[in-house]
Amino acid sequence: MSIQAIEDTKVKAFPAKPAEVVAFTAKTRRRIDLVSIAGKVASALVPPAIVIALLLVVWQVACSSPTASLPPPSQVWNEAYDLIAHPFFDNGPQDIGLAWRVLISLQRVAIGFGMAAVVGVALGALVGQSVWAMRGLDPVFQILRTVPPLAWLPLSLAAFRDSNPSALFVIFITSIWPVIINTAVGVRNIPQDYRNVARILRLNQLEFFVKIMVPAAAPYIFTGLRIGIGLSWLAIVAAEMLTGGVGIGFFIWDAWNSSRLPDIIVALAYIGVTGFCLDRLVAAVGAFVTRGTTAK
Amino acid sequence: MTAYLKLDHIDKSFARGGQVSEVLRDIRLTIHKGEFVSIIGHSGCGKSTLLNLIAGLTKISAGAVLLEDKEVDSPGPERAVVFQNHSLLPWLTVYENINLAVSKVFGRSKSKAERHDWIMRNLDLVQMAHASDKRPAEISGGMKQRVGIARALAMEPKILLLDEPFGALDALTRAHLQDAVMDIHSRLGSTTIMITHDVDEAVLLSDRIVMMTNGPAATIGEVLPVPLARPRRRIELASDRTFLRCREAVLKFLYERHRFVEAAE
Repeated sequence: MSIQAIEDTKVKAFPAKPAEVVAFTAKTRRRIDLVSIAGKVASALVPPAIVIALLLVVWQVACSSPTASLPPPSQVWNEAYDLIAHPFFDNGPQDIGLAWRVLISLQRVAIGFGMAAVVGVALGALVGQSVWAMRGLDPVFQILRTVPPLAWLPLSLAAFRDSNPSALFVIFITSIWPVIINTAVGVRNIPQDYRNVARILRLNQLEFFVKIMVPAAAPYIFTGLRIGIGLSWLAIVAAEMLTGGVGIGFFIWDAWNSSRLPDIIVALAYIGVTGFCLDRLVAAVGAFVTRGTTAK
Repeated sequence: MTAYLKLDHIDKSFARGGQVSEVLRDIRLTIHKGEFVSIIGHSGCGKSTLLNLIAGLTKISAGAVLLEDKEVDSPGPERAVVFQNHSLLPWLTVYENINLAVSKVFGRSKSKAERHDWIMRNLDLVQMAHASDKRPAEISGGMKQRVGIARALAMEPKILLLDEPFGALDALTRAHLQDAVMDIHSRLGSTTIMITHDVDEAVLLSDRIVMMTNGPAATIGEVLPVPLARPRRRIELASDRTFLRCREAVLKFLYERHRFVEAAE
Protein backbone atom coordinates (compact mmCIF):
# COMPACT_ATOMS: atom_id res chain seq x y z
CA MET A 1 0.00 0.00 0.00
CA SER A 2 2.88 2.36 0.77
CA ILE A 3 4.36 1.71 -2.67
CA GLN A 4 1.04 2.57 -4.19
CA ALA A 5 1.04 5.83 -2.25
CA ILE A 6 4.54 6.73 -3.44
CA GLU A 7 3.58 6.05 -7.01
CA ASP A 8 0.55 8.24 -6.63
CA THR A 9 2.60 11.16 -5.40
CA LYS A 10 5.04 10.70 -8.28
CA VAL A 11 2.29 10.76 -10.83
CA LYS A 12 0.84 13.83 -9.20
CA ALA A 13 4.22 15.56 -9.10
CA PHE A 14 4.74 15.40 -12.85
CA PRO A 15 2.00 17.67 -14.26
CA ALA A 16 3.58 20.67 -12.51
CA LYS A 17 6.11 21.18 -15.34
CA PRO A 18 3.91 21.25 -18.44
CA ALA A 19 1.86 24.00 -16.79
CA GLU A 20 4.55 26.52 -17.84
CA VAL A 21 4.25 25.46 -21.45
CA VAL A 22 0.55 26.14 -21.30
CA ALA A 23 1.23 29.64 -20.02
CA PHE A 24 3.26 30.48 -23.16
CA THR A 25 0.47 29.51 -25.51
CA ALA A 26 -2.04 31.67 -23.70
CA LYS A 27 -2.42 34.08 -26.63
CA THR A 28 -3.18 31.52 -29.29
CA ARG A 29 -5.52 29.85 -26.86
CA ARG A 30 -7.52 33.00 -26.36
CA ARG A 31 -7.93 33.46 -30.10
CA ILE A 32 -9.13 29.89 -30.41
CA ASP A 33 -11.53 30.58 -27.57
CA LEU A 34 -12.97 33.58 -29.42
CA VAL A 35 -13.53 31.45 -32.50
CA SER A 36 -15.12 28.71 -30.47
CA ILE A 37 -17.31 31.23 -28.64
CA ALA A 38 -18.44 32.66 -31.97
CA GLY A 39 -19.18 29.14 -33.12
CA LYS A 40 -21.22 28.47 -30.00
CA VAL A 41 -23.19 31.70 -30.41
CA ALA A 42 -23.86 30.85 -34.03
CA SER A 43 -24.96 27.35 -33.20
CA ALA A 44 -27.33 28.79 -30.61
CA LEU A 45 -28.75 31.55 -32.82
CA VAL A 46 -28.83 30.14 -36.32
CA PRO A 47 -31.32 27.28 -35.81
CA PRO A 48 -33.99 29.43 -34.12
CA ALA A 49 -33.48 32.14 -36.75
CA ILE A 50 -34.09 29.62 -39.52
CA VAL A 51 -37.18 28.24 -37.77
CA ILE A 52 -38.62 31.73 -37.25
CA ALA A 53 -37.98 32.64 -40.88
CA LEU A 54 -39.68 29.44 -42.02
CA LEU A 55 -42.66 30.08 -39.75
CA LEU A 56 -43.00 33.61 -41.12
CA VAL A 57 -42.95 32.27 -44.69
CA VAL A 58 -45.59 29.65 -43.92
CA TRP A 59 -47.70 32.24 -42.13
CA GLN A 60 -47.33 34.68 -45.02
CA VAL A 61 -48.41 32.04 -47.55
CA ALA A 62 -51.28 30.79 -45.43
CA CYS A 63 -52.77 34.23 -44.77
CA SER A 64 -52.16 35.85 -48.14
CA SER A 65 -55.47 34.96 -49.74
CA PRO A 66 -58.05 37.80 -49.69
CA THR A 67 -60.46 35.65 -47.68
CA ALA A 68 -57.94 34.98 -44.91
CA SER A 69 -59.27 35.85 -41.47
CA LEU A 70 -55.87 36.74 -39.95
CA PRO A 71 -53.34 39.29 -41.24
CA PRO A 72 -50.08 37.97 -42.79
CA PRO A 73 -46.73 39.16 -41.38
CA SER A 74 -46.30 41.75 -44.13
CA GLN A 75 -49.58 43.40 -43.17
CA VAL A 76 -48.61 43.31 -39.50
CA TRP A 77 -45.32 45.00 -40.35
CA ASN A 78 -47.03 47.73 -42.40
CA GLU A 79 -49.97 48.50 -40.16
CA ALA A 80 -48.27 48.15 -36.81
CA TYR A 81 -44.93 49.63 -37.88
CA ASP A 82 -45.14 52.40 -35.29
CA LEU A 83 -45.54 49.89 -32.47
CA ILE A 84 -42.65 47.73 -33.69
CA ALA A 85 -40.17 50.49 -34.49
CA HIS A 86 -40.87 52.90 -31.63
CA PRO A 87 -41.43 51.02 -28.39
CA PHE A 88 -40.92 54.16 -26.28
CA PHE A 89 -43.09 56.81 -27.98
CA ASP A 90 -45.36 58.86 -25.75
CA ASN A 91 -48.22 60.80 -27.36
CA GLY A 92 -50.39 61.46 -24.37
CA PRO A 93 -52.01 59.44 -21.60
CA GLN A 94 -53.57 56.63 -23.69
CA ASP A 95 -51.28 56.60 -26.72
CA ILE A 96 -47.90 55.27 -25.59
CA GLY A 97 -45.34 52.77 -26.89
CA LEU A 98 -45.61 49.08 -26.07
CA ALA A 99 -42.45 49.11 -23.97
CA TRP A 100 -44.11 51.59 -21.59
CA ARG A 101 -47.16 49.37 -21.44
CA VAL A 102 -45.01 46.34 -20.67
CA LEU A 103 -43.29 48.26 -17.87
CA ILE A 104 -46.62 49.23 -16.34
CA SER A 105 -47.80 45.64 -16.49
CA LEU A 106 -44.50 44.48 -15.02
CA GLN A 107 -45.03 46.81 -12.09
CA ARG A 108 -48.42 45.22 -11.50
CA VAL A 109 -46.93 41.73 -11.74
CA ALA A 110 -44.13 42.75 -9.40
CA ILE A 111 -46.62 43.71 -6.69
CA GLY A 112 -48.91 40.71 -7.17
CA PHE A 113 -46.09 38.22 -7.54
CA GLY A 114 -44.08 39.81 -4.74
CA MET A 115 -46.97 39.20 -2.36
CA ALA A 116 -47.40 35.68 -3.71
CA ALA A 117 -43.70 34.97 -3.13
CA VAL A 118 -43.72 36.18 0.48
CA VAL A 119 -47.02 34.54 1.45
CA GLY A 120 -46.22 31.43 -0.59
CA VAL A 121 -42.87 30.81 1.09
CA ALA A 122 -44.38 31.40 4.54
CA LEU A 123 -47.34 29.07 3.89
CA GLY A 124 -45.08 26.52 2.22
CA ALA A 125 -42.81 26.53 5.26
CA LEU A 126 -45.81 25.90 7.50
CA VAL A 127 -47.10 23.09 5.32
CA GLY A 128 -43.64 21.54 5.04
CA GLN A 129 -43.00 21.69 8.79
CA SER A 130 -46.25 20.26 10.05
CA VAL A 131 -47.60 16.91 9.01
CA TRP A 132 -51.14 17.92 9.92
CA ALA A 133 -51.05 21.21 8.02
CA MET A 134 -49.75 19.18 5.10
CA ARG A 135 -52.56 16.64 5.26
CA GLY A 136 -55.20 19.31 5.64
CA LEU A 137 -54.01 21.93 3.21
CA ASP A 138 -52.33 19.99 0.44
CA PRO A 139 -55.56 18.67 -1.19
CA VAL A 140 -57.02 22.19 -1.09
CA PHE A 141 -53.92 23.62 -2.75
CA GLN A 142 -53.86 20.90 -5.36
CA ILE A 143 -57.43 21.69 -6.38
CA LEU A 144 -57.19 25.47 -6.25
CA ARG A 145 -54.00 25.61 -8.27
CA THR A 146 -55.80 24.27 -11.33
CA VAL A 147 -58.35 27.10 -11.36
CA PRO A 148 -57.57 29.36 -14.35
CA PRO A 149 -56.90 33.08 -13.78
CA LEU A 150 -60.06 34.21 -15.57
CA ALA A 151 -62.22 32.19 -13.22
CA TRP A 152 -60.96 34.22 -10.25
CA LEU A 153 -62.06 37.51 -11.86
CA PRO A 154 -65.73 37.69 -10.85
CA LEU A 155 -65.02 36.51 -7.32
CA SER A 156 -62.22 38.96 -6.70
CA LEU A 157 -64.27 41.81 -8.17
CA ALA A 158 -67.13 40.92 -5.88
CA ALA A 159 -64.80 40.70 -2.90
CA PHE A 160 -62.73 43.86 -3.46
CA ARG A 161 -65.31 46.05 -5.30
CA ASP A 162 -62.44 47.83 -6.97
CA SER A 163 -60.60 46.92 -10.13
CA ASN A 164 -57.00 47.55 -9.07
CA PRO A 165 -56.82 45.34 -5.97
CA SER A 166 -58.84 42.71 -7.84
CA ALA A 167 -56.29 42.65 -10.63
CA LEU A 168 -53.45 42.28 -8.13
CA PHE A 169 -55.38 39.54 -6.40
CA VAL A 170 -55.82 37.62 -9.66
CA ILE A 171 -52.06 37.73 -10.26
CA PHE A 172 -51.41 36.78 -6.65
CA ILE A 173 -53.80 33.85 -6.57
CA THR A 174 -52.62 32.51 -9.91
CA SER A 175 -48.96 32.47 -9.03
CA ILE A 176 -48.96 31.50 -5.36
CA TRP A 177 -49.65 27.75 -5.66
CA PRO A 178 -46.39 26.52 -7.16
CA VAL A 179 -44.49 28.67 -4.62
CA ILE A 180 -46.35 27.05 -1.72
CA ILE A 181 -46.11 23.52 -3.03
CA ASN A 182 -42.44 23.67 -3.96
CA THR A 183 -41.45 25.38 -0.73
CA ALA A 184 -43.30 22.70 1.22
CA VAL A 185 -41.47 19.93 -0.62
CA GLY A 186 -38.15 21.72 -0.05
CA VAL A 187 -38.80 22.13 3.66
CA ARG A 188 -39.82 18.49 4.01
CA ASN A 189 -36.56 17.48 2.36
CA ILE A 190 -34.30 19.36 4.78
CA PRO A 191 -31.87 16.72 6.05
CA GLN A 192 -32.39 15.64 9.67
CA ASP A 193 -28.74 16.54 10.30
CA TYR A 194 -29.38 20.23 9.71
CA ARG A 195 -32.34 20.06 12.06
CA ASN A 196 -30.15 18.39 14.68
CA VAL A 197 -27.54 21.12 14.33
CA ALA A 198 -30.28 23.70 14.86
CA ARG A 199 -31.59 21.85 17.91
CA ILE A 200 -28.18 21.57 19.54
CA LEU A 201 -27.63 25.29 18.97
CA ARG A 202 -31.14 25.94 20.33
CA LEU A 203 -32.05 28.14 17.36
CA ASN A 204 -35.50 29.64 17.83
CA GLN A 205 -38.24 29.37 15.18
CA LEU A 206 -37.27 32.58 13.43
CA GLU A 207 -33.54 31.80 13.41
CA PHE A 208 -34.27 28.31 12.12
CA PHE A 209 -36.47 29.74 9.36
CA VAL A 210 -33.92 32.34 8.24
CA LYS A 211 -30.66 30.46 8.78
CA ILE A 212 -31.54 26.86 7.99
CA MET A 213 -34.91 26.46 6.34
CA VAL A 214 -34.80 29.11 3.63
CA PRO A 215 -31.23 28.39 2.47
CA ALA A 216 -31.73 24.62 2.63
CA ALA A 217 -34.98 24.80 0.67
CA ALA A 218 -33.75 27.54 -1.67
CA PRO A 219 -33.42 25.35 -4.78
CA TYR A 220 -37.02 24.21 -4.37
CA ILE A 221 -38.23 27.70 -3.53
CA PHE A 222 -36.68 29.09 -6.69
CA THR A 223 -38.24 26.35 -8.79
CA GLY A 224 -41.59 27.44 -7.36
CA LEU A 225 -40.85 31.11 -7.93
CA ARG A 226 -39.87 30.42 -11.50
CA ILE A 227 -43.10 28.60 -12.28
CA GLY A 228 -44.99 31.25 -10.31
CA ILE A 229 -43.63 34.22 -12.21
CA GLY A 230 -44.51 32.50 -15.47
CA LEU A 231 -48.08 32.01 -14.26
CA SER A 232 -48.37 35.57 -12.97
CA TRP A 233 -47.35 36.88 -16.37
CA LEU A 234 -49.97 34.56 -17.91
CA ALA A 235 -52.57 36.21 -15.70
CA ILE A 236 -51.72 39.75 -16.76
CA VAL A 237 -54.21 39.86 -19.66
CA ALA A 238 -57.02 38.59 -17.47
CA ALA A 239 -56.09 41.02 -14.72
CA GLU A 240 -55.93 44.03 -17.00
CA MET A 241 -59.24 43.25 -18.64
CA LEU A 242 -60.50 44.47 -15.25
CA THR A 243 -58.38 47.47 -14.68
CA GLY A 244 -58.31 49.04 -18.10
CA GLY A 245 -55.67 51.75 -18.37
CA VAL A 246 -52.38 51.41 -20.14
CA GLY A 247 -51.01 47.91 -19.44
CA ILE A 248 -50.02 45.51 -22.20
CA GLY A 249 -52.83 43.15 -21.23
CA PHE A 250 -55.47 45.82 -21.56
CA PHE A 251 -53.90 46.91 -24.84
CA ILE A 252 -54.75 43.50 -26.31
CA TRP A 253 -58.29 43.63 -24.98
CA ASP A 254 -58.65 47.15 -26.36
CA ALA A 255 -57.16 46.24 -29.76
CA TRP A 256 -59.56 43.31 -30.03
CA ASN A 257 -62.52 45.61 -29.31
CA SER A 258 -61.41 47.93 -32.09
CA SER A 259 -60.44 45.05 -34.45
CA ARG A 260 -56.73 45.95 -34.71
CA LEU A 261 -55.42 42.43 -35.24
CA PRO A 262 -51.86 43.41 -36.28
CA ASP A 263 -51.50 45.34 -32.98
CA ILE A 264 -52.52 42.24 -31.05
CA ILE A 265 -49.91 40.16 -32.82
CA VAL A 266 -47.17 42.67 -31.99
CA ALA A 267 -48.34 42.82 -28.38
CA LEU A 268 -48.24 39.02 -28.22
CA ALA A 269 -44.62 39.08 -29.29
CA TYR A 270 -43.86 41.65 -26.59
CA ILE A 271 -45.57 39.55 -23.93
CA GLY A 272 -43.80 36.41 -25.05
CA VAL A 273 -40.35 37.99 -25.03
CA THR A 274 -40.97 39.65 -21.66
CA GLY A 275 -42.20 36.40 -20.13
CA PHE A 276 -39.12 34.63 -21.44
CA CYS A 277 -36.87 37.30 -19.92
CA LEU A 278 -38.68 37.09 -16.56
CA ASP A 279 -38.23 33.33 -16.49
CA ARG A 280 -34.53 33.62 -17.27
CA LEU A 281 -34.12 36.37 -14.69
CA VAL A 282 -35.59 34.29 -11.87
CA ALA A 283 -33.60 31.27 -13.02
CA ALA A 284 -30.39 33.33 -12.98
CA VAL A 285 -31.11 34.78 -9.54
CA GLY A 286 -31.88 31.27 -8.31
CA ALA A 287 -28.69 29.85 -9.75
CA PHE A 288 -26.71 32.65 -8.09
CA VAL A 289 -28.38 32.38 -4.70
CA THR A 290 -28.35 28.58 -4.47
CA ARG A 291 -24.83 28.04 -5.80
CA GLY A 292 -23.73 26.75 -2.38
CA THR A 293 -26.81 24.72 -1.57
CA THR A 294 -26.98 22.36 -4.49
CA ALA A 295 -23.37 21.20 -4.22
CA LYS A 296 -22.93 18.83 -1.32
CA MET B 1 -13.31 12.10 41.33
CA THR B 2 -16.97 12.95 41.31
CA ALA B 3 -19.49 12.05 38.68
CA TYR B 4 -19.67 14.63 35.92
CA LEU B 5 -22.11 12.92 33.62
CA LYS B 6 -24.34 10.21 34.96
CA LEU B 7 -26.54 7.89 32.92
CA ASP B 8 -29.08 6.73 35.47
CA HIS B 9 -30.95 3.53 34.61
CA ILE B 10 -31.79 4.57 31.09
CA ASP B 11 -34.29 2.57 29.04
CA LYS B 12 -35.23 3.36 25.47
CA SER B 13 -37.91 1.76 23.40
CA PHE B 14 -39.45 2.83 20.13
CA ALA B 15 -43.14 2.37 19.48
CA ARG B 16 -44.17 1.90 15.91
CA GLY B 17 -47.80 1.11 15.26
CA GLY B 18 -48.81 -1.30 17.99
CA GLN B 19 -45.33 -2.80 18.32
CA VAL B 20 -42.87 -1.66 20.94
CA SER B 21 -39.24 -2.55 20.39
CA GLU B 22 -36.88 -2.18 23.28
CA VAL B 23 -33.53 -0.86 22.12
CA LEU B 24 -31.65 -0.08 25.32
CA ARG B 25 -32.25 -1.46 28.80
CA ASP B 26 -30.91 -0.27 32.12
CA ILE B 27 -27.89 1.72 30.95
CA ARG B 28 -25.86 2.81 33.96
CA LEU B 29 -22.65 4.74 33.48
CA THR B 30 -20.73 7.43 35.32
CA ILE B 31 -18.24 9.61 33.48
CA HIS B 32 -15.71 11.86 35.16
CA LYS B 33 -14.60 15.29 34.12
CA GLY B 34 -11.90 15.21 31.46
CA GLU B 35 -12.40 11.54 30.74
CA PHE B 36 -12.37 10.11 27.23
CA VAL B 37 -14.86 7.27 26.98
CA SER B 38 -15.57 5.16 23.91
CA ILE B 39 -18.73 3.20 23.37
CA ILE B 40 -18.19 0.19 21.16
CA GLY B 41 -20.55 -2.47 19.91
CA HIS B 42 -21.83 -4.21 16.82
CA SER B 43 -23.95 -2.26 14.39
CA GLY B 44 -27.58 -2.09 15.44
CA CYS B 45 -26.79 -2.43 19.15
CA GLY B 46 -28.14 1.02 19.87
CA LYS B 47 -24.89 2.85 20.52
CA SER B 48 -25.87 5.76 18.26
CA THR B 49 -29.24 5.85 19.98
CA LEU B 50 -27.43 6.10 23.29
CA LEU B 51 -25.42 9.07 22.04
CA ASN B 52 -28.59 10.75 20.78
CA LEU B 53 -30.15 10.23 24.21
CA ILE B 54 -27.20 11.91 25.90
CA ALA B 55 -27.34 14.73 23.33
CA GLY B 56 -31.07 15.09 23.98
CA LEU B 57 -31.91 14.59 20.31
CA THR B 58 -34.00 11.53 21.20
CA LYS B 59 -36.35 11.33 24.17
CA ILE B 60 -35.52 8.89 26.94
CA SER B 61 -38.21 6.31 27.77
CA ALA B 62 -37.19 5.84 31.39
CA GLY B 63 -34.30 6.96 33.54
CA ALA B 64 -32.32 10.18 33.26
CA VAL B 65 -29.16 11.84 32.02
CA LEU B 66 -27.58 13.94 34.76
CA LEU B 67 -24.94 16.51 33.87
CA GLU B 68 -23.34 18.01 36.99
CA ASP B 69 -26.28 16.60 38.97
CA LYS B 70 -28.84 18.37 36.82
CA GLU B 71 -31.20 16.45 34.56
CA VAL B 72 -30.90 17.24 30.85
CA ASP B 73 -33.61 16.09 28.47
CA SER B 74 -33.37 18.45 25.50
CA PRO B 75 -30.47 19.25 23.17
CA GLY B 76 -28.10 22.09 23.97
CA PRO B 77 -24.68 23.47 23.05
CA GLU B 78 -23.14 22.25 26.31
CA ARG B 79 -23.38 18.75 24.80
CA ALA B 80 -21.98 19.42 21.34
CA VAL B 81 -22.16 16.63 18.78
CA VAL B 82 -19.72 15.87 15.98
CA PHE B 83 -21.85 14.01 13.47
CA GLN B 84 -20.64 11.10 11.42
CA ASN B 85 -21.31 12.93 8.14
CA HIS B 86 -20.03 16.30 9.42
CA SER B 87 -23.41 18.06 8.94
CA LEU B 88 -21.85 21.34 7.86
CA LEU B 89 -24.28 23.70 6.17
CA PRO B 90 -23.22 23.69 2.51
CA TRP B 91 -24.30 27.26 1.78
CA LEU B 92 -22.02 28.69 4.46
CA THR B 93 -18.25 28.93 4.39
CA VAL B 94 -16.16 27.12 6.98
CA TYR B 95 -15.90 30.37 8.95
CA GLU B 96 -19.63 31.08 8.72
CA ASN B 97 -20.50 27.54 9.81
CA ILE B 98 -18.57 28.04 13.02
CA ASN B 99 -19.79 31.59 13.35
CA LEU B 100 -23.37 30.31 13.35
CA ALA B 101 -22.58 28.31 16.47
CA VAL B 102 -20.37 30.94 18.10
CA SER B 103 -22.75 33.85 17.59
CA LYS B 104 -25.60 31.78 19.00
CA VAL B 105 -23.71 30.54 22.05
CA PHE B 106 -21.55 33.62 22.75
CA GLY B 107 -23.64 36.32 21.05
CA ARG B 108 -24.16 38.14 24.34
CA SER B 109 -21.06 37.26 26.34
CA LYS B 110 -18.37 38.00 23.74
CA SER B 111 -17.78 41.07 21.58
CA LYS B 112 -17.56 40.77 17.82
CA ALA B 113 -13.75 40.87 17.84
CA GLU B 114 -13.61 38.30 20.63
CA ARG B 115 -15.94 36.03 18.68
CA HIS B 116 -13.75 36.34 15.61
CA ASP B 117 -10.64 35.44 17.64
CA TRP B 118 -12.50 32.53 19.18
CA ILE B 119 -13.53 31.18 15.76
CA MET B 120 -10.00 31.48 14.43
CA ARG B 121 -8.54 29.87 17.55
CA ASN B 122 -10.81 26.87 17.11
CA LEU B 123 -10.00 26.63 13.42
CA ASP B 124 -6.31 26.75 14.37
CA LEU B 125 -6.87 23.95 16.82
CA VAL B 126 -7.95 21.64 14.00
CA GLN B 127 -5.44 23.18 11.58
CA MET B 128 -8.14 24.51 9.28
CA ALA B 129 -7.60 28.26 9.57
CA HIS B 130 -6.27 28.34 6.01
CA ALA B 131 -9.62 27.16 4.63
CA SER B 132 -11.86 29.53 6.55
CA ASP B 133 -13.30 31.09 3.37
CA LYS B 134 -13.96 27.80 1.61
CA ARG B 135 -17.32 26.14 1.36
CA PRO B 136 -17.74 22.55 2.58
CA ALA B 137 -18.03 21.29 -1.00
CA GLU B 138 -14.54 22.63 -1.73
CA ILE B 139 -12.68 20.72 1.00
CA SER B 140 -12.01 17.00 1.53
CA GLY B 141 -13.93 14.66 3.79
CA GLY B 142 -11.26 14.71 6.47
CA MET B 143 -11.17 18.50 6.43
CA LYS B 144 -14.94 18.68 6.74
CA GLN B 145 -14.77 16.48 9.79
CA ARG B 146 -12.06 18.73 11.26
CA VAL B 147 -14.37 21.70 10.78
CA GLY B 148 -17.18 19.69 12.37
CA ILE B 149 -14.94 19.14 15.39
CA ALA B 150 -14.00 22.83 15.46
CA ARG B 151 -17.67 23.80 15.38
CA ALA B 152 -18.41 21.51 18.32
CA LEU B 153 -15.39 22.75 20.29
CA ALA B 154 -16.32 26.36 19.57
CA MET B 155 -19.53 25.86 21.56
CA GLU B 156 -17.23 25.28 24.56
CA PRO B 157 -19.20 22.18 25.50
CA LYS B 158 -19.10 20.49 28.87
CA ILE B 159 -19.21 17.20 27.01
CA LEU B 160 -18.07 16.52 23.48
CA LEU B 161 -20.08 13.78 21.77
CA LEU B 162 -18.46 12.11 18.77
CA ASP B 163 -20.81 9.93 16.70
CA GLU B 164 -18.51 7.63 14.71
CA PRO B 165 -16.62 10.73 13.62
CA PHE B 166 -14.09 8.90 11.47
CA GLY B 167 -16.37 6.22 10.06
CA ALA B 168 -16.64 7.74 6.61
CA LEU B 169 -12.92 8.44 6.20
CA ASP B 170 -10.09 6.46 4.63
CA ALA B 171 -7.55 4.83 6.92
CA LEU B 172 -4.78 7.44 6.55
CA THR B 173 -7.07 10.41 7.07
CA ARG B 174 -8.62 8.61 10.01
CA ALA B 175 -5.23 8.19 11.67
CA HIS B 176 -4.47 11.90 11.21
CA LEU B 177 -7.78 12.88 12.75
CA GLN B 178 -7.36 10.48 15.64
CA ASP B 179 -4.05 12.17 16.40
CA ALA B 180 -5.73 15.55 16.14
CA VAL B 181 -8.46 14.49 18.57
CA MET B 182 -5.87 13.11 21.02
CA ASP B 183 -3.92 16.35 20.79
CA ILE B 184 -7.04 18.46 21.39
CA HIS B 185 -8.11 16.27 24.28
CA SER B 186 -4.72 16.64 25.94
CA ARG B 187 -4.71 20.42 25.46
CA LEU B 188 -8.31 21.18 26.46
CA GLY B 189 -9.05 18.26 28.74
CA SER B 190 -12.52 18.07 27.26
CA THR B 191 -14.78 15.35 28.54
CA THR B 192 -15.50 13.21 25.50
CA ILE B 193 -17.78 10.35 24.58
CA MET B 194 -17.08 8.66 21.27
CA ILE B 195 -19.15 6.07 19.44
CA THR B 196 -17.03 3.72 17.36
CA HIS B 197 -16.90 0.24 15.93
CA ASP B 198 -13.14 0.31 15.46
CA VAL B 199 -11.32 -1.60 18.19
CA ASP B 200 -7.89 -0.02 17.62
CA GLU B 201 -9.41 3.43 17.62
CA ALA B 202 -11.21 2.78 20.89
CA VAL B 203 -8.07 1.49 22.65
CA LEU B 204 -5.85 4.24 21.26
CA LEU B 205 -8.06 7.14 22.29
CA SER B 206 -9.96 6.09 25.38
CA ASP B 207 -9.48 6.12 29.11
CA ARG B 208 -12.31 3.62 29.35
CA ILE B 209 -14.09 1.51 26.77
CA VAL B 210 -17.77 0.79 27.25
CA MET B 211 -18.74 -2.42 25.48
CA MET B 212 -22.35 -2.91 24.50
CA THR B 213 -24.14 -6.24 24.24
CA ASN B 214 -26.17 -6.99 21.15
CA GLY B 215 -29.71 -5.74 20.78
CA PRO B 216 -32.62 -5.88 21.16
CA ALA B 217 -32.62 -4.50 24.69
CA ALA B 218 -28.88 -3.92 24.57
CA THR B 219 -27.07 -2.87 27.67
CA ILE B 220 -23.53 -2.26 28.87
CA GLY B 221 -21.76 -5.60 28.94
CA GLU B 222 -18.43 -4.55 30.33
CA VAL B 223 -16.35 -1.45 30.97
CA LEU B 224 -12.64 -1.79 30.24
CA PRO B 225 -10.16 0.74 31.64
CA VAL B 226 -7.22 1.49 29.36
CA PRO B 227 -4.25 2.17 31.67
CA LEU B 228 -1.96 3.62 28.99
CA ALA B 229 0.02 6.75 29.76
CA ARG B 230 -0.58 9.85 27.64
CA PRO B 231 0.60 11.20 25.27
CA ARG B 232 0.11 8.00 23.32
CA ARG B 233 1.93 7.30 20.07
CA ARG B 234 0.38 4.78 17.76
CA ILE B 235 3.66 3.35 16.51
CA GLU B 236 5.05 2.71 19.98
CA LEU B 237 1.72 1.27 21.09
CA ALA B 238 1.63 -1.22 18.24
CA SER B 239 3.93 -3.48 20.25
CA ASP B 240 2.95 -2.31 23.73
CA ARG B 241 1.74 -5.15 25.93
CA THR B 242 -0.95 -3.19 27.73
CA PHE B 243 -2.30 -1.98 24.41
CA LEU B 244 -2.38 -5.47 22.99
CA ARG B 245 -4.01 -6.85 26.12
CA CYS B 246 -6.78 -4.21 25.98
CA ARG B 247 -7.23 -4.80 22.30
CA GLU B 248 -7.55 -8.52 22.87
CA ALA B 249 -10.06 -7.99 25.66
CA VAL B 250 -12.30 -5.90 23.42
CA LEU B 251 -11.98 -8.34 20.54
CA LYS B 252 -12.84 -11.23 22.83
CA PHE B 253 -15.89 -9.43 24.10
CA LEU B 254 -17.09 -8.55 20.61
CA TYR B 255 -16.30 -11.73 18.76
CA GLU B 256 -16.47 -14.50 21.34
CA ARG B 257 -18.92 -13.59 24.03
CA HIS B 258 -21.23 -11.33 22.07
CA ARG B 259 -20.89 -12.41 18.51
CA PHE B 260 -22.97 -10.46 16.12
CA VAL B 261 -25.82 -12.58 14.84
CA GLU B 262 -27.33 -10.95 11.83
CA ALA B 263 -30.44 -13.14 12.00
CA ALA B 264 -31.25 -11.63 15.37
CA GLU B 265 -32.43 -8.43 13.71
